[in-house]
Amino acid sequence: MPLLDIKNLSVEFTTRAGTFRAVDGIDLTVDEGEVVGIVGESGSGKSVTSLAVMGLLGSNGKVVADRMAFGGKDLLTMPPAQRRAITGKDVAMVFQEPMTSLNPCFTVGFQIMETLRVHEGLSGKALRNRAIDLLEQVGIPAPETRLSAFPHQLSGGMSQRVMIAIAIACNPRLLVADEPTTALDVTIQKQILDLLVRLQKDRGMALILITHDMGVVAETAQRVVVMYAGQVAETRPVASLFERPRHPYTGALLDALPERALGKRRLPTIPGMVPGIADRPSGCLFSPRCRFATDRCHAERPALFDVDNGKARCFYPLPDGAYAAGEAVQ
Amino acid sequence: MSTLPLQQAPAPINADDQAVVLEARDLRKHYAVKRGVFKPMATVKALDGVSFQLQAGKTLAVVGESGCGKSTLARSVTMIEPPSSGELHYDGRDVVGRSASEMKALRRTVQMVFQNPYGSLNPRKTVGSILTEPLVINTDIGKDERRARAVAMMGKVGLRPDQVDRYPHMFSGGQRQRIAIARALMLNPRVVVADEPVSALDVSIQAQVLNLMMDLQEELNLAYLFISHDLSVVRHIADAIMVMYLGKPVEHGPKDVVFARPRHPYTRILLAATPRVNPALRLERVVPKGELPSPLNPPPGCAFHKRCPYATDRCAVDVPALRPVDERLVACHYAEEMN
Repeated sequence: MPLLDIKNLSVEFTTRAGTFRAVDGIDLTVDEGEVVGIVGESGSGKSVTSLAVMGLLGSNGKVVADRMAFGGKDLLTMPPAQRRAITGKDVAMVFQEPMTSLNPCFTVGFQIMETLRVHEGLSGKALRNRAIDLLEQVGIPAPETRLSAFPHQLSGGMSQRVMIAIAIACNPRLLVADEPTTALDVTIQKQILDLLVRLQKDRGMALILITHDMGVVAETAQRVVVMYAGQVAETRPVASLFERPRHPYTGALLDALPERALGKRRLPTIPGMVPGIADRPSGCLFSPRCRFATDRCHAERPALFDVDNGKARCFYPLPDGAYAAGEAVQ
Repeated sequence: MSTLPLQQAPAPINADDQAVVLEARDLRKHYAVKRGVFKPMATVKALDGVSFQLQAGKTLAVVGESGCGKSTLARSVTMIEPPSSGELHYDGRDVVGRSASEMKALRRTVQMVFQNPYGSLNPRKTVGSILTEPLVINTDIGKDERRARAVAMMGKVGLRPDQVDRYPHMFSGGQRQRIAIARALMLNPRVVVADEPVSALDVSIQAQVLNLMMDLQEELNLAYLFISHDLSVVRHIADAIMVMYLGKPVEHGPKDVVFARPRHPYTRILLAATPRVNPALRLERVVPKGELPSPLNPPPGCAFHKRCPYATDRCAVDVPALRPVDERLVACHYAEEMN
């Protein structure tokens, strides 16, 4: 049984312009100890999916799903108190902007200990020692003195380490990291990703890594979910997805990476934009931008079809080598 | 104050005979900062001896992490702030010490594109007035002609001319960056300073904007000073690259030379830290230790030695000078041994 099991999840927002379906019938499963990467461009619904899992959406976000279970228990039907006991303890989250996710009015120590007090009932010396231990685990030098530091006294990388320490404080079984390194420099990004992977391995924790950076996913995840306009476009194991993309959107995204255009002057681009509220096509959502689209694609919505080792939402999955991987150099 | 000799502008960048439009010699910018009421003022050397040449139609990429002086360099080069010392030449004319009116004329030759297209466009102005504003301030071109030029420029950067009366919020991020680029080009500059112009954009949009920048460069023979932390983007667009650390260049040379065999440990670490999709392109994992030191209190010797996996005792004492090694300039005592 998967740790997280989501069937047909949709999230709708009511706005003045009408109802907007940000997430549109998503299936997502995460096994115990698995690293799943969710990639997509802005507006693809990847962050909304994670917020729905955490139960952190505002009152204008309506969550509907056939099933949304964590560890066998249905998250949608359980009483709010029970769900709050799971959120922050068994499922924890690391957010994108470390500098704004911490409360500037409280010390780092207070914010770590808050989680431990609420979920683990610790107090006094034991609480303090546990907080120091956590800061040590995420690689913060001189943790005893850092407990009394305020967030503004920390760098971006250090703040993100504190966020991770808070997230892993109660030994979660699933950690959701939403663009955990986007605001950080590359060398610090490397350190934080290494830290997340190390913690994931040491603790046998499952990790959902949400990012727009294909390189980060390729180096970190075991299985990848590519999202487009609120739907899953393709889901495959990491190596085969990047070697042999089956969905034209995945292929086109990979092609647009400068890394794969070595020697070429112009980068291949994807024409047009992600459809918004008003201009969702009646056929395949990617069809207006797809260079392989046929009449059938413009008229009919494709389902997620089985392709090798995974699924792709396309009537005509790409054959091998339709998008050649960038030639290896050096 | 400096023990370094005045650096010679690097020769390898001048591979072909395009005219040098911008030359910086030993540019420095030091800020005095307060540390506390009774403490003496401290000096932050945000820019500490930077020299380069920029040719028409070429791109020099400046690479480094936050706090390395990239943005200070952009502010000096665009004459937003005068440098503390050093020389800046546009078309062979020295900028430092000019009168206000001469400076105003010189500023037209260099324009800037900013990182965040959501913050750099005035939300209360239409695209038309954003694009004509540089002309209003700097020229005496008539109203109709200004609008005609704005519309023509919109076509050039791939926006529809009928969008001229729209406001920035009606455009996507990629389109906004096109507007920002159009605005920078309204005065026919020779040099465009682009500060992380694509880092706020999605991959597919990033590719469109990079293509546009390269097309415009070819058409208008523009020189780009391209500031970025993304080495895969830099590798695509740059002709030469300058890697900076704590206000100083640590490696500077033609792109192909530097990427094929980086000679400074910091360049190697940056390259290794860039995530790659293709496993064959991934380099051995050299993870740097620690974080960028405070520029208020830089370490003695080589500024990088505390994070450097190859550092020796000598690195903690001796400041390495920028010297030519293997067709590029590099500031490392052990540059020859880097393999």
